[in-house]
Amino acid sequence: MNGAAWRRVRGLMRKEAVQIWRDPSALAIAFLLPAILLWLFGYGVTLDARRVPLGIVVERPGALAASFTAGFDRSRYFAPHRYLSGRDAEQAMAAGKVSGIVWLRADFGRQARTARGAPVGVVIDGVDANTARLVEGYVQQVWAGWVAAAAARQGERDALPLDIRPRVRFNPSVNSRHYLIPGLIALIMTLTGALLTALVIAREWERGTMEALMVTPVTLRDILVAKLVPYFALGMGGMFGSVGIAVFLFGVPLRGSMLVLSFCAALFMLAALGMGLLISTVARNQFVAGQLALITTFLPAFILSGFVFDLHSTPGFVQAISHVVAARYFIAILQSVFLAGDVWAVILPNAAALALLAAIFLALARALSRKRLD
Amino acid sequence: MTAETDGAALRLDRVCRRFSAGGREIAAVEEVSAVVAQGGITGLIGADGAGKTTLMRLIAGLLRPDRGAIEVLGIDVRRDPLAVQGRIGYMPQRFGLYEELTVRENLDLYADLHGVAPAARAARYAGLMAMTGLEPFTARRAGRLSGGMKQKLGLACTLVQPPRLLLLDEPTVGVDPVSRRELWEIIDRLTTDEGVTVLFSTAYLDEAARCRDVLLLHEGRLLAQGKPARFTAPMAGRTFRVAAPESGRRRLQARLAAAPGVIDTVIEGRFVRVVSEAAPWTPPPGIEAVAVAPRFEDGFVDELLRLRGGAATPSATSPAPPTPPPEPAKTVIAVERLTRRFGDFTAVDAVSFEVRRGEIFGLLGANGAGKSTTFRMLCGLLPASGGRLDVAGYDLRRARAAARGRIGYMAQKFSLYGDLTVAQNLAFFASAYGLRGGRRAARIGWALAEFGLGGMREAAARDLALGYRQRLALAAALMHAPDILFLDEPTSGVDPLARREFWRRIGALAEDGVTVLVTTHFMEEAEYCDRLVIMAQGRILAEGTPGEIRAGAADAARPDPTMEDAFVAVIGAASGAVAAETVA
Repeated sequence: MNGAAWRRVRGLMRKEAVQIWRDPSALAIAFLLPAILLWLFGYGVTLDARRVPLGIVVERPGALAASFTAGFDRSRYFAPHRYLSGRDAEQAMAAGKVSGIVWLRADFGRQARTARGAPVGVVIDGVDANTARLVEGYVQQVWAGWVAAAAARQGERDALPLDIRPRVRFNPSVNSRHYLIPGLIALIMTLTGALLTALVIAREWERGTMEALMVTPVTLRDILVAKLVPYFALGMGGMFGSVGIAVFLFGVPLRGSMLVLSFCAALFMLAALGMGLLISTVARNQFVAGQLALITTFLPAFILSGFVFDLHSTPGFVQAISHVVAARYFIAILQSVFLAGDVWAVILPNAAALALLAAIFLALARALSRKRLD
Repeated sequence: MTAETDGAALRLDRVCRRFSAGGREIAAVEEVSAVVAQGGITGLIGADGAGKTTLMRLIAGLLRPDRGAIEVLGIDVRRDPLAVQGRIGYMPQRFGLYEELTVRENLDLYADLHGVAPAARAARYAGLMAMTGLEPFTARRAGRLSGGMKQKLGLACTLVQPPRLLLLDEPTVGVDPVSRRELWEIIDRLTTDEGVTVLFSTAYLDEAARCRDVLLLHEGRLLAQGKPARFTAPMAGRTFRVAAPESGRRRLQARLAAAPGVIDTVIEGRFVRVVSEAAPWTPPPGIEAVAVAPRFEDGFVDELLRLRGGAATPSATSPAPPTPPPEPAKTVIAVERLTRRFGDFTAVDAVSFEVRRGEIFGLLGANGAGKSTTFRMLCGLLPASGGRLDVAGYDLRRARAAARGRIGYMAQKFSLYGDLTVAQNLAFFASAYGLRGGRRAARIGWALAEFGLGGMREAAARDLALGYRQRLALAAALMHAPDILFLDEPTSGVDPLARREFWRRIGALAEDGVTVLVTTHFMEEAEYCDRLVIMAQGRILAEGTPGEIRAGAADAARPDPTMEDAFVAVIGAASGAVAAETVA
C-alpha cells in the first residue's frame, strides 16, 4: 500500500469511526443486540425440564406403589397429576395437559416381589422430541433412585439386577445453560458480524454516498479494507461483551484460555464480516441487507450448526451445506473453551475451518464487488 | 496526459445503454455522439427519462455502455475508469455527503480520497469556503445544513482537488431560486477563474441560456446540440406577446391557439406568449401582438413539434361534463391561521388564504417550504395542529369523508398501479370514488376519449411514457367529476409539450368551474395560476395575482421582473436571517 492509498484508507476509516460514534445504530448492533439477545435467550431458553406435568395412574394403591410415586412428588422435575384410569390419563395427554404418564398396573405390588420384576408403563408425548427425551431420562432417574433406596433399606444391594450410576461429563451440574450460552454467543455474533458490514454498505447505497465515493481515485480494496477494520474492532468489542455476560451474569465457567478464545473469535468475526460484505454486493438497501443477513447467517447457524438439531440424522446434502456455516465451527470451539478447556483436537481443526471460510468469504466479496452501479 | 492536449474534454461516439426492467428493454441512451470542448459550461438538457443521469454515469465510469466509445480527457473510460475518476469531479443528484460528518470532515474525507497534500489543504479549503459562503458553518454537521447549503458543500467536496472535468447531475432541482442563482455564480466563476470544464444536467430549460453549449436529450436520443443561440436563432421574428385582461387570459389563449400559423401559446402573467410557425406572422384581427425575444424553450418546442408533427396547444374540448355557469367570487376553500407542528418543528405556521370557485390557485416555494404539508391538511390526509379549514363548505376537522367526495387529488409521482392496465386503473379509481354501473362506464369512456388514452387502454400503466402517465393520473383524479382538484407538483420532469397540454386541460377545467389548487417549485408554472402565494419556512410571504407579485418586485433596474426575480426579492425582503444563511 503506497502513501496515497494509505491516506485514502485512513480517511475512510476515520470517517467510519466518526459515523459509528455519532450515529449509534452501529454501536447498537455491536453491543446492544448481542446483550439483549443473550439475556433473552439465556434466561428464556433452557433444555432443562422443570416441573413437567406428569400423569400418574395407580390402579391399585398400596405401600409399594405409594413409595414409588412419592419419588415423583419429591422430584423438582415433575408436577404429578393423579388419574384414576389409564384412559383418563391418555385423554389428558391428548389435550396437552401432561407430557407423560407413569402407569402402575393393578399387579404392581405383587410382581415387584417376583424375579421378573414389576412392569411400569411409561407413556411419553413424543410431539416435542426434546422434552420427550428429557422426561424419559428423568423418569428413569426417579425409578433408579427408588430401586436403590429400596435395596438399601432391605440390605439387599448385592442382589439387585441393576446398578445405575449416572455420570455427567463437562457439565457436571447438568446445567443446560452452560451448554447453551457458548452456542448462543456464536449464533448471535454471526448475525451481528454480517449485519455490521452489510447494513453500513447498504446505507451508503441508500444515501447516494457510495455513488459519489466511486467517482474518486478510491479503489475497491480501499473501500473493503476501510469497512473491515473498524467493524472488526466493533464486532470484537461485542464479542468480549458477550463473553463477559456469559461468565459474570450467567456464571458459565471459562476453562480454556482467553488467548485461544480471542484468536478463534477473531477468525470467526472475519468470516462473519466477510459474509456481510458478500451480502452487500447484492443488497442495495438496508431492508434487503437485514433480511439477507438473517436468512443466510442466523437461521442456518441455528438449524445447521448442530447446536439445536443433531446433524448426524440429517441427509447427506444437508450435512454438506452445514460445512459452510461458520457458526458450526465456532460453536464447537466455544463449547470446548468454556466447558472443557483448550482441547487442541477440537480447536485446531475448527479454527482451520474458520480461517478457510473467512478467506473464501472475503475473496468472494472482493471478486464480486464492482466499482460500478451495474 | 499527452492525449489530453487535443482540446476535447469529452468524446461520445454512438453510445448506447439499455436497461431491462420487468422483461422489457428500455433504451436509456441511444446512439448518442457528441464532442465537448475544454472549458466552459455544457448543458445536458432534457425532461425526466431523457437519459441525462444514465449518460452522466456512463461518463463517470459508473456504468458501462452496451455499445459505443466514451473518451474523457483523452482516456477511454471503459479501459481505465480509475484514471478518469481521478481527474474528474462528480456530484450525483443526492450530493454524496455524509450527514453525520461536519462540513470540515466531509472536505477532509474527499481531500484524503483525492490525495490532496495536507500542506495544500488550508489554502484550498479557504478558497472553497469563501466561494460557497460556508465559512461560518465548517463545524456544523452536513445533515443540519439547509438544502442549498448541502448542495454547495457537495460541490465543494468535488472541487477539493481541482478537477479537469466537473459532472453535475441536476444540481438545481428542488432548490430555492436564491440558492440556484448562487450555485450558477459559483459555477461561472469556476469556469472562468479555474478553467474547469463543466457538464451540467438540468430539466430547467431556462438554464440553457447560461451554457456555452447545449446537448438536448429527448427519450434517450440526442435531439440537437449547439450553442444556445442555435436554438433561438430559427425562432427570430416568430415570438410575440399579446396583452390580456387578468380574468380572460385563458379564453384569449384558446383563441390564439386556434389562430392560423400559431404553433405554441403560453400564459405569462398579464400576457399570452405566442410562437408562430413562420417569421412574418399577422395576428388575428383586433389583436395587438408585440414582438419579443425568443427563448431556448421556444426552440425546444419547435424541435419537438417537428419530431412529432402538429401544434403544441390544440384547441381544447370540454374535459368535464357541463356545469352551470360559474357564480363569481364564491369562496370554496377558506383557510384561517392553519398550523401544523411536528414535535417542536412548525412545518406550517398560521397560514391564511381563500380560494374562489373556478380559480387556479398556486402554492409556490422550494422544497421544505411547507407546501406539501399544507396540501395534505387541505385534502384531509393530515390533521391540523391549529386553525380553521373549510373545504367545499365542510369543516375538515369534522366532516372529512364528506369533503373528500368532492375532492380530486393527484399526488406527486402520479400514484397509479403500474401493473394494472390503463382501463383497469380507471375502473379502480372510479370504483374507489363510488361510481357504479352506467355512470362508471360513461366516465371511463369519457376519460379514455378525452385524454387520448383509447389506443392504449390495455397497456400497463408502468409502460407508459411520463406524459401519458401524467394524463392517466389526472383522468383518475377526475373520475368522479370533483369540484376541487388538488395537484401536487403535477408537471415536475415532463417535457414542455406535455406540460403545455396539461395546463391547457387544467385551464379548461377551471373555465368550467372546477377549483384547482397546485403546488410547484417551477417558477414558470406560477404564471398559469390566477392567484398564488409564495411560501418559505412554513409561512406565506406574498399573495396575489402573478402580475401583482411580479410588480411588487419591480424597481428602476428591473422594470419587468420575472417570477423568479420576484421570488428572490420576496424571500430576501421577508427575512434577514434567511438571507444571511443562504446568501452569506
